[in-house]
Amino acid sequence: MSKKSFRQAINEAMRLEMRRDPRVIIMGEDVAGGQGGTSGVVDAWGGVLGVTKGLYTEFGPERVLDTPITEASYIGAAAGAAATGLRPVAELMFVDFVGSCLDQIMNQTAKFRYMFGGKARTPLVIRAMFGAGFNAAAQHSQALYPLFTHIPGLKVVIPSSPYEAKGLLIEAIRDDDPVIFLEHKVMYDDEEEVPDEAYTIPFGEANLTREGDDVTIVAFGRMVKLANEAADKLERQGISCTVIDPRTTSPLDRDTILDCVADTGRLVIVDESSPRCNMAADISALVAEEAFDALKAPIRRVIPPHTPVPFASVLEALYLPDAAKIEAAVKAVMNHKVTEAA
Amino acid sequence: MQIARETLLRSYRAMRTIRDFEERLHVEFATGEIPGFVHLYCGEEASGVGVCANLTDNDTISSTHRGHGHCIAKGVEVSGMMAEIYGKSTGVCRGKGGSMHIADFSRGMLGANGIVGGGPPLMCGAALSHKTLKDGGIAVAFYGDGASNEGTTLESLNLATVWKLPVVFVVEDNGYGEATGSSFAVAGTQKDRAAGFGMPYLECDGSDFFAVYQTAGEAIAHARAGNGPIMLHVHLQRWYGHFEGDAMTYRAAGEVAEAKRDHDCLDLFRKKVTEAGLLEHAELDAIDEAVRDEIESSVVAAKAAPLPEPADLLADVYVRY
Repeated sequence: MSKKSFRQAINEAMRLEMRRDPRVIIMGEDVAGGQGGTSGVVDAWGGVLGVTKGLYTEFGPERVLDTPITEASYIGAAAGAAATGLRPVAELMFVDFVGSCLDQIMNQTAKFRYMFGGKARTPLVIRAMFGAGFNAAAQHSQALYPLFTHIPGLKVVIPSSPYEAKGLLIEAIRDDDPVIFLEHKVMYDDEEEVPDEAYTIPFGEANLTREGDDVTIVAFGRMVKLANEAADKLERQGISCTVIDPRTTSPLDRDTILDCVADTGRLVIVDESSPRCNMAADISALVAEEAFDALKAPIRRVIPPHTPVPFASVLEALYLPDAAKIEAAVKAVMNHKVTEAA
Repeated sequence: MQIARETLLRSYRAMRTIRDFEERLHVEFATGEIPGFVHLYCGEEASGVGVCANLTDNDTISSTHRGHGHCIAKGVEVSGMMAEIYGKSTGVCRGKGGSMHIADFSRGMLGANGIVGGGPPLMCGAALSHKTLKDGGIAVAFYGDGASNEGTTLESLNLATVWKLPVVFVVEDNGYGEATGSSFAVAGTQKDRAAGFGMPYLECDGSDFFAVYQTAGEAIAHARAGNGPIMLHVHLQRWYGHFEGDAMTYRAAGEVAEAKRDHDCLDLFRKKVTEAGLLEHAELDAIDEAVRDEIESSVVAAKAAPLPEPADLLADVYVRY
């Protein structure tokens, strides 16, 4: 056990799985970096933010493959390799680039097993960074997990801390279905105690980061930390919250969400993705349908507006959910007055 | 060129099976009993068979909308295919894929593809598996002149070259992407496109089995020897519309009739092997009869086969969920 960053935890998960299973390979743009350059340094970058640093040195060019900047062909190649005996971990760099290769994910990879009558296995992991907070603007800041969650055949993982990232990524690499693994780019330097050895965290099992009596907060990825910050503050004001980190949006741990809502009767959902048809909308529908009678107040969603992610810091801060917005939403559901029917 | 007698007989049988399979579908589709869309491979048989006669089950192929011929050429079992096209639970994909997604991984057939240009990236990946696992296999991406314009295809030509992958890119050029002629839609030439990626290029007459077999053999030997990808451009004519029900109003009167009269790969094959004394008419007649019976029984079986069960709707979305 030692303190590790989100970046190190993800790197270690890949390294341990590559040592364990020779079929695990890494591919993506600049995952080594430097091939064809004039310095002769062939692992110059280790990924654009250094997440795959050192893997090329340990495993060599047959297992750590730099690609041209052609997402459709190499994501498709990762799928084809997965369907024929390898276990690729393909890095899509920014999830926004899925626009260049969505067909290979949506129409090919995700559907192989079903449309071929259960005869295909596609153990593919696509890693990508997502999220706003770095002034990366509209084409490098989106939180597109609802897009993938919408597609049957894909599993979608959103780790909320270094510990979670390592266990969930090892689980993803060992999983026999295609997995989209989304890393919030603002979290790479977050640190916490992470075991040195390999461990797995199962998909579809939510983590309760705290338990309380008054309000259930469901949050994803980086929002889990913000939800806990808000809950700390609310605790001092006498409001106790449960915070649920679902860990995966597909599969989604519906039971834990419904159980917690049954206990608290109030629900706030914190979702960084664009508001229409996002996870907040999805979970709202679930709770409205399955736990309507438990609700003491309307569901509140802490979500961005229906706009592209803006560039300027002042606008980006307005755009994003934060602890203050979460706190306000919790207070709003606490203060809701039930009007009795006459 | 020396071709083993066994290969000749097997290849003729495969071409005849494709022809009869497709002609029968043409008839059966018109009755309304076959759901969805079908895209027939009639007229193009020598291409799939000539290429696949150089492959083994260890090699991998991807196909197109027009996938029945590639399946049969790669050894997929006919009754399972027919049942699949009828949407029956005995189908090779249990009635979940149909004509456009017909596949059999056990034969290295990674699927017909409903997306134009969907296959070439996948074959880069299959080739990467063959190369990494050192199993001696290669990958073949079949795609049409229409798909040759897709970004996925052009990216795959680049990626396969950069990674020096054992892939053969087979352009089946029947002159039409759906209803639009390649003389309108394809800029430049396939040959120049290959050259643009530094990739060797071969071409052949797709109605001549012997030309395809020999040229594909060279292409496949190139890839198998670890020399990287290669393009094989096969010139073809399709006898039916893009899909069944397409009246082909975009083709000149007589174009298909001429193709059938002068470029029928089965006629040309028979003429060549009998004149050269390689095979007897009687042997070929016997294959024709056996194939007729096989197609007939596959249709009878498909019609009688059980439909999928309601529970099948939810099965096989994931390995585990």
